Amino acid sequence: MFESLSARLQSVTERLRGKAKITEADLDVALREIRLALLEADVNFKVVKPFVAHVRERALGSEVLTGLHPGQHVVKIVHDELVATLGGEQHVLQLAEKPSVLMLIGLQGSGKTTTAAKLAVRLRQEGRKPLLVAADVYRPAAVDQLVQLGDQIGIEVHSRPLGTPALEVARSGLEDARQRGFDLVIVDTAGRLHVDEPMMDELVRIVGVVTPAETLLVVDAMTGQEAVRVAEAFHARLPVTGLVLTKMDGDARGGAALSIRQTTGLPISFIGTGERTDGLEPFHPDRLAQRILGMGDILSLVERVQENVDQVEAERVAQRMMEARFTLEDFRSQLQQIKKMGPIGQVLQLIPGAGQMASAAQQAVDDGQLKRIEAVIDSMTTQERRRPELIKASRRRRIALGSGTSTAEVNRVLKQFGEMQRLMKQLGGRLPKLGGGLSGLFGR
Amino acid sequence: MFRRRRTEGAPPPDAPDEPLAAQPMTVARPRREPSGMGLRGRPSGLGARLRSILGVATPAGEATWDEIEEALIGADVGPTTSLELIDAARERYRRSGGRTGDDVRRLLADEVRERLERVGSGRFELGSAPSVILFVGVNGTGKTTTIAKLAARLKAEGHSLLLAAGDTFRAAAIEQLRIWGEQVGVPVVAQRAGADPSAVAFDALTAAESRGTEVVLIDTAGRLHNKTQLMAELTKMRRVIERRLPGQPRHVLLVLDATTGQNGLAQAETFSAEAGITGIVLTKLDGTARAGVAVAIASRLGVPIVFVGVGEELDALAPFDPASYVEWLFAA
Repeated sequence: MFESLSARLQSVTERLRGKAKITEADLDVALREIRLALLEADVNFKVVKPFVAHVRERALGSEVLTGLHPGQHVVKIVHDELVATLGGEQHVLQLAEKPSVLMLIGLQGSGKTTTAAKLAVRLRQEGRKPLLVAADVYRPAAVDQLVQLGDQIGIEVHSRPLGTPALEVARSGLEDARQRGFDLVIVDTAGRLHVDEPMMDELVRIVGVVTPAETLLVVDAMTGQEAVRVAEAFHARLPVTGLVLTKMDGDARGGAALSIRQTTGLPISFIGTGERTDGLEPFHPDRLAQRILGMGDILSLVERVQENVDQVEAERVAQRMMEARFTLEDFRSQLQQIKKMGPIGQVLQLIPGAGQMASAAQQAVDDGQLKRIEAVIDSMTTQERRRPELIKASRRRRIALGSGTSTAEVNRVLKQFGEMQRLMKQLGGRLPKLGGGLSGLFGR
Repeated sequence: MFRRRRTEGAPPPDAPDEPLAAQPMTVARPRREPSGMGLRGRPSGLGARLRSILGVATPAGEATWDEIEEALIGADVGPTTSLELIDAARERYRRSGGRTGDDVRRLLADEVRERLERVGSGRFELGSAPSVILFVGVNGTGKTTTIAKLAARLKAEGHSLLLAAGDTFRAAAIEQLRIWGEQVGVPVVAQRAGADPSAVAFDALTAAESRGTEVVLIDTAGRLHNKTQLMAELTKMRRVIERRLPGQPRHVLLVLDATTGQNGLAQAETFSAEAGITGIVLTKLDGTARAGVAVAIASRLGVPIVFVGVGEELDALAPFDPASYVEWLFAA
């Protein structure tokens, strides 16, 4: 996400970085690029203007023009302004009451139903007992969709027969939760246009009955200049408490986030990435600003590793690496651990300076390269995995046949593994960087 | 192994042969004021903005053009295309000896309309039967609803139709299409959830052939265009259709949400490369979105806009008309 904005700003800062001194004219060139980048990223033009003006003012007022590292200084100012625009501290959901009601609202197709399921999974992990309420009574099969998602994630869904008004579904959902001891009610509502008065009235009435503690507006990250108008309209009629920015695993630059935050003051609570029900992350303004600037996001990465990696297994593999006893079995285990962290492109995106590598890696994944590597290793005997030097021509043919690949491919995997092993011996006692061993696979 | 697993756990149990209930399967939304529907009911706001920038009789100066650029960007035309349009309109202004703000507005409108018309926007022909139409797009743009609306339209024109439930991934997408099929009175070919969408398309074509159906509308799962593996799935689907019925699909329509910003260009570009789109259906144009990115797509990628969706009702789909779109876009 935000790749192009990062890339643009990076090229600007690199240009400035090379200079010991920059003139006011240099600064204006940089600011023009920044303006263009923000506009192409769909940041609202009303937000872009003051943003660029602020950066300019601060740059001129400081020692940017005469200081030692003018480029870095401009970057810092842009970064600070981005953080200021994206705003303050992380939004912590206020769901103290039991049961608390969390309601999702937004335009059609923004991703409310998927987000409802993701939130339920996330809040269950935090110890809550959620009940999903299917209050989208209009879209054909919307109730079915939530019921099916509920089945997949093992969370109960409250639904009523076709023809029940949305207000009634929400009311009985809350009642159901009270009686049966659910401490969180997540209400999925029908998508609606912000200018659709009867439908907006319906939401107002639902809010009146279930008094949600949190009302999250779900916004598609691909939204353009309209984002502001949409958010303002929902905000004006309803007690919106935060935003969920969805489809952030796309390549939309997501300028909508900046715009909405700036004009409504609403915090961005979560970002949605991917269609898997674990694709929901808390939003961190500072981290996102750093990511926009191509400074990477190590904190998110650390969190994701902690959540998904089997520590014991990881330590075992690391131990073997240090002892230079790393086998193909360990290699496979390492691949599986990384897989658990989610799509590798997303993971690499979080590493500073790995932005370029991320797309190459994702390409490799999408091409099925890693899957083939795993298949090749799977087709070996335990003996072969532990002592790859056993694998001669006839074994190679068998492995190729078994894995549905070619002997050339088997050779490549063995060669790459050999290189990894050599690298680890060289590293000696030092712990290898995460994913370092994989870099060879993507380098082509 | 790193491929996106599109389902978690076992696919939900399905019941492909379960008869549909006889009672109505949907609930109508509260009806909005009739003026709220359709393009011309509500001015886009761009025209009013231009008028306030330009005045009516004052000549256009440098600052004016900058403000026009901003107005276009505000309508999601995007900075690059906005500049192009303005350069072209300036050239016309100079050559035609324009004098007033109204001249500028008219020339700009002409420029946009001509660009839309040049690529064949608004023209949609089924051609000789059979006609296979594939619907593609990112998640949540309204593919399934658009299929229902187009089916209702074509059925009213007397065509025989078949719908194919090619979105086998999203929960309840098959049910959603089934319900629409029931409502429109058109058969739906479907397999279980998680089935290969190419196989569904293949089945649908075979069924259409044996029944002598004229038009087949194929739904697909929403997919973000940067997911190469999912785009490859679409390429395969297209290939399977081509092999099964040479010369098909006649149309591949990209369903684009009118609120989409500059990312729409990337969407159109990638879907064009992977699935060979022939036109765009612009949905949710009954809000306040002005869908300037569609102008950018037509202008830069040469893809025509063929239909617009302007509401939830089955009849809320209209052929795209460049002249009235531009009139709406620039009306004061």
